[in-house]
Amino acid sequence: MEIIKTTNLTKYYGKSRGIIDLNLTVTQGEFFGFIGPNGAGKSTTIRTLLGLISPTSGNAMIFGKNVAQKKESILQDIGYLPSEALFYPGMKVKDLLKLSADLRKKNCTAESKLLCERLQLDTSRKIDALSFGNRKKVAIVCALQHRPKLLVLDEPTSGLDPLMQKEFFDILRERNKEGTTIFISSHVLSEIQRNCTCAAIIRDGRIIACDSVEILSKTSAKRITVHGIVNLKSLDGIRDRKDSEDSISFLYSGDMDSLLRALSSGQVNDLTITEPDLEEVFLHYYKKDGDAV
Amino acid sequence: MTLVKHELRQGKTSSLVWTASIGFLLAVCIFLFPEMKGQMDSVNDVFASMGSFSEAFGMDRLNFGTLIGFYAVECGNILGLGGAFYASLCAAGILSKEEKNKTAEFLLTHPVSRKRIITEKLIAVLIQITAMDIIIYAVSVGSIAAIGEAIPWKEISLLHLAYYLLQIELAGICFGISAFFRKGSTGIGLGIASMMYFLNLIANIADIAEFLKYITPFGYCDGADIVSTGKLDGVMVAVGAAIGMCGIIFAYMKYTNKDIH
Repeated sequence: MEIIKTTNLTKYYGKSRGIIDLNLTVTQGEFFGFIGPNGAGKSTTIRTLLGLISPTSGNAMIFGKNVAQKKESILQDIGYLPSEALFYPGMKVKDLLKLSADLRKKNCTAESKLLCERLQLDTSRKIDALSFGNRKKVAIVCALQHRPKLLVLDEPTSGLDPLMQKEFFDILRERNKEGTTIFISSHVLSEIQRNCTCAAIIRDGRIIACDSVEILSKTSAKRITVHGIVNLKSLDGIRDRKDSEDSISFLYSGDMDSLLRALSSGQVNDLTITEPDLEEVFLHYYKKDGDAV
Repeated sequence: MTLVKHELRQGKTSSLVWTASIGFLLAVCIFLFPEMKGQMDSVNDVFASMGSFSEAFGMDRLNFGTLIGFYAVECGNILGLGGAFYASLCAAGILSKEEKNKTAEFLLTHPVSRKRIITEKLIAVLIQITAMDIIIYAVSVGSIAAIGEAIPWKEISLLHLAYYLLQIELAGICFGISAFFRKGSTGIGLGIASMMYFLNLIANIADIAEFLKYITPFGYCDGADIVSTGKLDGVMVAVGAAIGMCGIIFAYMKYTNKDIH
């Protein structure tokens, strides 16, 4: 079953671009990653899906219902974690969690207690006094406590320490196993690679790649920097090569084994292999698109 | 009614402070009356002969020596300005604050329709204004009884009713404004309240500006008119109600389709 389906979804803010002809399909049970740099249209997409803004053209369906018409009944089964977790001044954590549950006309006390324990969140404290990370936890409990069928998470891990990030993704994976569809927007590529089954990459308001993470990672390149003397002529899949006096740096998307063989036949003083930063991944997808044309 | 409760809790401090301040000032004023009463015979002539200044505050037509004359001018100004400011402040921020404080993402992603949110917020504003007026009315009547004066029930009630209507009208206008703005709506709200007050002063001074009384809600709150005629001006009240209603309708029209950032 298609949980999210957008058809030529377009949003312009006046003349400035939000998203253009976005076609996105997320099926039930998927752990879907949505990747893109700031300003690419991630938040616009999410806001449109949640009915916070109305599209200029095209439409968005969630649970097979049109967002523009059935927003309230759709939102009943969505848990949303905003990137900036901000709440009403002067409220205690438990009052806010209760408010959120009341607005959904649901009693979530048991689930909320469980989540707060796992995330080590003290519900008797005032939200104003919490750190950014702890406020994020409040937002996480709000998004999860009513056991929604679809979770929409906008840059969920910013502000969480590594231990909490792990606990958070553990919870997400459990929920996912129980059938919850998860839509997660992020610019941390490793996060998406580790957890998601499928992913889409958005650039300048358009989807430029959408596939299973396995396939996307295969084509996604590594940034390789070699100090020493090596012969790279026999290798395919080298791009963005930068030569300096004693080092060569390039994006490599070819066979790892051939690379290692080529390196071992040369004289290597130092070697680093890193995930390309996001800009480079985009460069990669951008180039591929250009080649296809 | 979850949101109504939530809004009332959020606005509790502000509404307590405003109610207490206005109530306190009114009581102080009323308690000053016995002392001033003795001197009023001479003062009255002075107050009544300050030309357009007297006209602006209706002091040429009211007898300062009587409790109701004194009340209509002194307490009328406190209640009029204070109530107008509170009502504007309360309504001007109620919708826009969600976007200003970035809580809109929280509230509007819950399964509650925009219409319902607007309605519950409007109800919360009306409850806060009504509660303030009831308390202040009680404080006023109690204070008058405490200084041993006879309570002029009809005039006092009419005055308070007029100011209540004024607050509702201003709240309606500001509620509409609140739907359009993300920031700065409270400033605009206070600005409108002050502007309305001064429009009425101008209307009182200059005959040529008499028509302004139909625009500003302070027009139907004129103590001198209410005390001398013993009723509210129906036309002005009707115009005011229509203006306030427009504000509320605009709020619904705008906010149900608004892009939330």
